[in-house]
Amino acid sequence: MGDFVSPAGWAIAMVQALLFMLGAPLLAGWVKRIKSRLQNRRGPGLLQPYRDLYKLFGKEALVAHSASPLFRAAPYIVFGSTLIAVAVIPLLAVSLPTAAVADMIVLVGFLALARFFLALAGMDVGTAFGGMGASREMLVSALAEPAMLMAVFTLAMSAHSTNLSSVIQFNLDAGLVLRPSFMFALLGLILVAMAETGRIPVDNPATHLELTMLHEAMILEYSGRHLALMEWAAQLKFMLYGVLIANLFFPWGIATQLSLPALALGLLSIITKLMLLGLLVAVAETVLAKMRLFRAPQYLNLAFLLTLLGLFSHVILETSA
Amino acid sequence: MNLSQLPLLEQAIFVLAALVVLTSFSQLAQTRLTASIHSFAWQGAMVAMVTVLVATASGIPHLYLSALLTLSLKSLLIPWMLHRLVRRLNMEREVETISHPALMVLAGTGLVIFSYWVALPIERLELAATRNVVAVSLSVVLLGLWMMVARRRVVAQVLGFMSMENGLFLAAVASTRGMPLVVELGVAFDVLVAAVLFGVFFFHISESIDSLDVDRLNRLTSLDVKDHQAREETS
Repeated sequence: MGDFVSPAGWAIAMVQALLFMLGAPLLAGWVKRIKSRLQNRRGPGLLQPYRDLYKLFGKEALVAHSASPLFRAAPYIVFGSTLIAVAVIPLLAVSLPTAAVADMIVLVGFLALARFFLALAGMDVGTAFGGMGASREMLVSALAEPAMLMAVFTLAMSAHSTNLSSVIQFNLDAGLVLRPSFMFALLGLILVAMAETGRIPVDNPATHLELTMLHEAMILEYSGRHLALMEWAAQLKFMLYGVLIANLFFPWGIATQLSLPALALGLLSIITKLMLLGLLVAVAETVLAKMRLFRAPQYLNLAFLLTLLGLFSHVILETSA
Repeated sequence: MNLSQLPLLEQAIFVLAALVVLTSFSQLAQTRLTASIHSFAWQGAMVAMVTVLVATASGIPHLYLSALLTLSLKSLLIPWMLHRLVRRLNMEREVETISHPALMVLAGTGLVIFSYWVALPIERLELAATRNVVAVSLSVVLLGLWMMVARRRVVAQVLGFMSMENGLFLAAVASTRGMPLVVELGVAFDVLVAAVLFGVFFFHISESIDSLDVDRLNRLTSLDVKDHQAREETS
């Protein structure tokens, strides 16, 4: 773990958080673009999410009469806690001072906090769709969270630490080791990430279809800058999962010391990894169909089973007397 | 001993062994017959690949032969036969309803833990680095057994039986570098004959009760009893 008071470390951590904030809409635009190409459409340009956010920030924020102060506060809380969660994740370099702030379990906690306020805001105005969306989101997250934690524990058992930086450093030091437990944890985490970020087998990010929406139903009442913050938070969360998967399981290229060439290499490698992951997500979203909501527990059950098998295979196969 | 100190070949054996368990679970939870048959075929292919890797690691030539045997029998011939049977009985699109899928899978993970606990003393024997696979293969055997208990369709039960044999073979290959070739040949032909016989049974069962749902065999006897009682009352 890095020096907690090094100013260079803090500076890079700030740059990382900024990169996250700026890169998240770009990643969303990239996935959307690839998806349109795969479906023989031209699709919006890569910069469209920025334009959308800019437009929304300039618009008046309308709030329903029945809304409580919580409705106004929720976008800031959701965006803030997602931003803190994002700041903890090593994007370009490991052993930054922010790594000491929070480990993977706290990260799950930050995401849960954001989700909690999102669901509260969905129910606040009292429309039918908000409540429905909130209850569905809670159903999905209640089942996804155990699987996510199980994947975290699987990694932690190999690396003997729940700290993100230490796990990545451990993977870098070990080199290429085929671990069945990591394979299962990776598969489980991908399934969880698809469910948690509202991608296609569980939720469809492209539509506002009444009966099927999850995430969109909760933020239906928002407008203006509130909506912009909510959407930006969702994009941040999507990028967070992408970086988590890319850097935890394929850490190669991430900077281990704070020199300029190493950081440039780190930036280049994370961009490549995210582009590949985005491609994968777009292909998966084109090939797969959205499931019925009542199938979602089965899907998340599979994610839980995978991560549980990861834990077992660590205990059974990888540790021996 | 650490996993990262083992050669890459043995790490790959572990990965494949873990995947064999995963295919067992997918057979257990899969409701479509053709999909379960496919995952059985994949399981056979993975067991064959483990055998090839063990053969390369240990340099025992006859293991290549048993790998070939496993691949041709368990991942090609028997799945093909089962597939053909399912097609002939017009059951390709049939979906079996499992009453508590999540509970069934959780019970399966319980079996994995149990087999780990049972296999703990075996791991202390100084057999080979891959002796850890014994626990995995035992859990494949128990999962096959559980599938025979929990599923109601005959085809699913037969798949459970066959995957039990896969588990035993995996245990033999990974812990003691395979059985003598004569024994392996005998077992392979036993399995083949069993598959043929099961095919005949499928036809008889489906002809007599119009379904491959084993639960309905009970209903048949209760109908018989009712018929019997009715006949006694009239006489």
